[in-house]
Amino acid sequence: MKKIVIMGCGRTGGQLAGMLDAAGHSITVIDVDAYSFRRLPPEFKGKALVGNGMDQEQLKKAGIEQAEIFIAMTQGDNRNIMAAQIAKHIFNVPRVICRIYDPLRQEIYQTLGLETISPTTIFADMLKKRVED
Amino acid sequence: MYIIVVGGGGVGYYLAKALLEEGHEILIIEQNPAICDVINDELGGICTRGDGCEVSTLMKAGATRAAMFVAVTGEDQHNLVACQLAKHKFKVPRTIARIKNPKNEGLFKKLGIDVTISGTNVILEHITEEVPTHPLTHLMQIPDNGLEVVELRIPAGSASVGKTVKDIPLPAGSMLSLIIRKDQKPIVPVATTVLLAGDQVIAVTSAASEEALRAALRAK
Repeated sequence: MKKIVIMGCGRTGGQLAGMLDAAGHSITVIDVDAYSFRRLPPEFKGKALVGNGMDQEQLKKAGIEQAEIFIAMTQGDNRNIMAAQIAKHIFNVPRVICRIYDPLRQEIYQTLGLETISPTTIFADMLKKRVED
Repeated sequence: MYIIVVGGGGVGYYLAKALLEEGHEILIIEQNPAICDVINDELGGICTRGDGCEVSTLMKAGATRAAMFVAVTGEDQHNLVACQLAKHKFKVPRTIARIKNPKNEGLFKKLGIDVTISGTNVILEHITEEVPTHPLTHLMQIPDNGLEVVELRIPAGSASVGKTVKDIPLPAGSMLSLIIRKDQKPIVPVATTVLLAGDQVIAVTSAASEEALRAALRAK
């Protein structure tokens, strides 16, 4: 069981939170909009917290100091980048994963030592393979 | 000097105007086309439309030859990312970011942004200077070692009144530097200097000892 803080409860964030929760991990989801928590499955046992993941105090409330993994999943690349760097450099979270849509920004932050994922690149590659198959 | 300014709002506009008057070469990067038009009409064609956090925009802006990069949008995360791209991708020697949340100052410094300017802090400092009852005013931060210069007033009735400096339990890392007393020359305090009600004290302290210093001088 891992302690995981997820920032952003959009479609992907909400689904991921539900899946990790079902797998037995301890999950806290933080989102600025309480309405987005509707995406969590009814059987979700983790914590859902209204707050801004770029604010150090609110991250503390989400238990960032005990977290083993922090995942930044909001719609904003820059928001994710900033929150991920707060988690990594201020709170020394052992593993920080950051979604960055912009492939160029993703590449740069990867070289700066963040663990980054660009859905744009992954999805474009996937579609290309399908088209060519 | 070639200076790139990200954000053409109030701060960016007047900053660019002042820098132009000093003879610098300025480029403003602004997303809102209406704001771009106003700037280009009023300051001459110095504004380009685009996202200052996008590599392609910065490439077109000639960021590699910029001597300074200033990000003054209204959002801390945009200013951070723009400055980090300028620094790491384009090797701009000096990056300056505006921050709104004063708590972000430490993060930005840690991530290598050369200068941060917190409008909130500047305004707070002015307000606290104007409000005489405010217990402690920050006058200056000394970069690198985390010390700050602060000002406190000794209120009548506080435990430190009538005591000598050596008898006041100052926290480690704090030092009284100057006492300004009404109608007198400023006094450099020594161990035997006696504090009086109404004294204005200038002290050097670490941020961590600030609360303890305040208590030592002002508590009843």
